[in-house]
Amino acid sequence: MHVTMSVNGEDVAKDIEPRTLLVHFIRDDLGLTGTHWGCDTSNCGTCVVSLDGTPVKSCTVLAAMADGHAVRTVEGLETAGTLDPIQQGFIEEHGLQCGFCTPGMLITGRELLDRNPHPTELEIREAISGQICRCTGYATIVRAIQWAADHPAGAAAVEQETVQS
Amino acid sequence: MQIPAPFEYARATSLDDAIALLTRYGDDALVVAGGHSLLPMMKLRLARPDWLIDINELHELDYVRRHGDELRIGALARHRTLLESAEIAALFPIMTEAERVVADPIVRNRGTIGGSLCQADPAEDLSTVCAVLGAQAVIRSATGERVIGMDEFHQGPYETAVEFNEILVEVRIPIRPRSSSSYEKVERRVGDWAVAAAGGSVTLAADGTIEDAAIGVTAVGLSGRVTDAEAVLIGHRPTDALITEAGRMTSAAVDPMTDQRGSVEYKRHLAGELTQRVLKRAIARARRQEA
Ligand SMILES: Cc1cc2nc3c(=O)[nH]c(=O)nc-3n(C[C@H](O)[C@H](O)[C@H](O)COP(=O)(O)OP(=O)(O)OC[C@H]3O[C@@H](n4cnc5c(N)ncnc54)[C@H](O)[C@@H]3O)c2cc1C
Ligand code: FES
Ligand code: FES
Repeated sequence: MHVTMSVNGEDVAKDIEPRTLLVHFIRDDLGLTGTHWGCDTSNCGTCVVSLDGTPVKSCTVLAAMADGHAVRTVEGLETAGTLDPIQQGFIEEHGLQCGFCTPGMLITGRELLDRNPHPTELEIREAISGQICRCTGYATIVRAIQWAADHPAGAAAVEQETVQS
Repeated sequence: MQIPAPFEYARATSLDDAIALLTRYGDDALVVAGGHSLLPMMKLRLARPDWLIDINELHELDYVRRHGDELRIGALARHRTLLESAEIAALFPIMTEAERVVADPIVRNRGTIGGSLCQADPAEDLSTVCAVLGAQAVIRSATGERVIGMDEFHQGPYETAVEFNEILVEVRIPIRPRSSSSYEKVERRVGDWAVAAAGGSVTLAADGTIEDAAIGVTAVGLSGRVTDAEAVLIGHRPTDALITEAGRMTSAAVDPMTDQRGSVEYKRHLAGELTQRVLKRAIARARRQEA
């Protein structure tokens, strides 16, 4: 079947098998391997992408279901070479070790801040509770999202601080 | 890597279109709503439909609205919508408390009340909630609509009264004065299915006695309501002793299995303990409503 959708703001069109999962469509058909795939049971959350602005587990959505819709993946977070504050936060607060869970955490973190710019620690923990990290123990991920909340200007804020100090 | 067996995909453009597609493809077709039960089953090849009828574009089935003394919820309402509904929280705290522990926030963005009820997994939280609240299911086919109670809707594990050419379109919950409810679930870790859970609802009479009561349990081998334990409560003043007795009877009525989530003894204990807790909370809330 033929599907067309917007991925990170760009229109894509492909012929696919109806059974193609969105995660495989993104990785294999579009070559966007930033989105990871880590389980067959919809548990790990490393495959999380935004579908019309809502985070979903892309291993549990058919590419066919996204036909005509807008998808945003981790590759779509930076704009004009500048990292999104959420990405900068993961750098500042060491929010990753192996990085396997990171694409999903970034998308969920971004969406959380979009609807709740000043989340409490509990709200952050709740938001990422459907995603597994085997490295960090979550503490630095929570701090990374908090950093992004405190620095909506992102990387620019870091430069500012460097200049001032 | 697990992927579903091949199938044909059709996106329904209207409710009538969805029913026409189901009627045309018969037993070989399945509706897909959130897909968060069906797609995992298709990956495991436990489900192998030849046709998938996608109803996600039928936004007219995604609503929560009050209609007289009923709250009506469209089959395509997502878990997240139910969790965030202030109206549901005020009228049916049992549903809000259940939604807080249904899966995880990302799954809740996608899964629907219709899919939950039609999946009829014995560990499905909303099945218990709807049974306790005395909900009715509105089921549509090419020839019209029928409205049935939850006892008739759920026919056993993974089995419902919805025929191959029918769609669940709405859930109706009666709004009753001087009533309230509660849900509590024990899970091994965040986002997991219940080890055991209980839901309770009470209606108080003007003199403070229990006019009506409903108890339901999740994942402990008893679907529908625990009518024996309910009967103990009705007509009496709510005392600790009475609630302890209702808990004891629930514990005796359930028929759980030992699995990786816990032993029979543990689950039996939970069923009784959680029943007492939700009844106490429901009664306290119903009293506050009276005031
Ligand atoms: C990791 C994970 C954890 C979970 N944990 C929990 C939990 O703790 N508690 C819990 O209750 N649930 C849990 N779930 C299940 C989740 O709540 C699903 O959303 C729900 O079971 C199914 O809803 P759905 O819309 O995704 O249904 P789908 O998967 O789309 O459909 C399920 C079944 O219902 C049928 N169907 C769907 N809609 C209709 C309709 N309107 N009319 C007729 N038939 C229909 C389909 O044909 C299919 O057979 C979990 C799921 C996952 C992936
Ligand atoms: S790949 Fe694990 S939840 Fe999607
Ligand atoms: S950084 Fe390794 S899994 Fe999260």
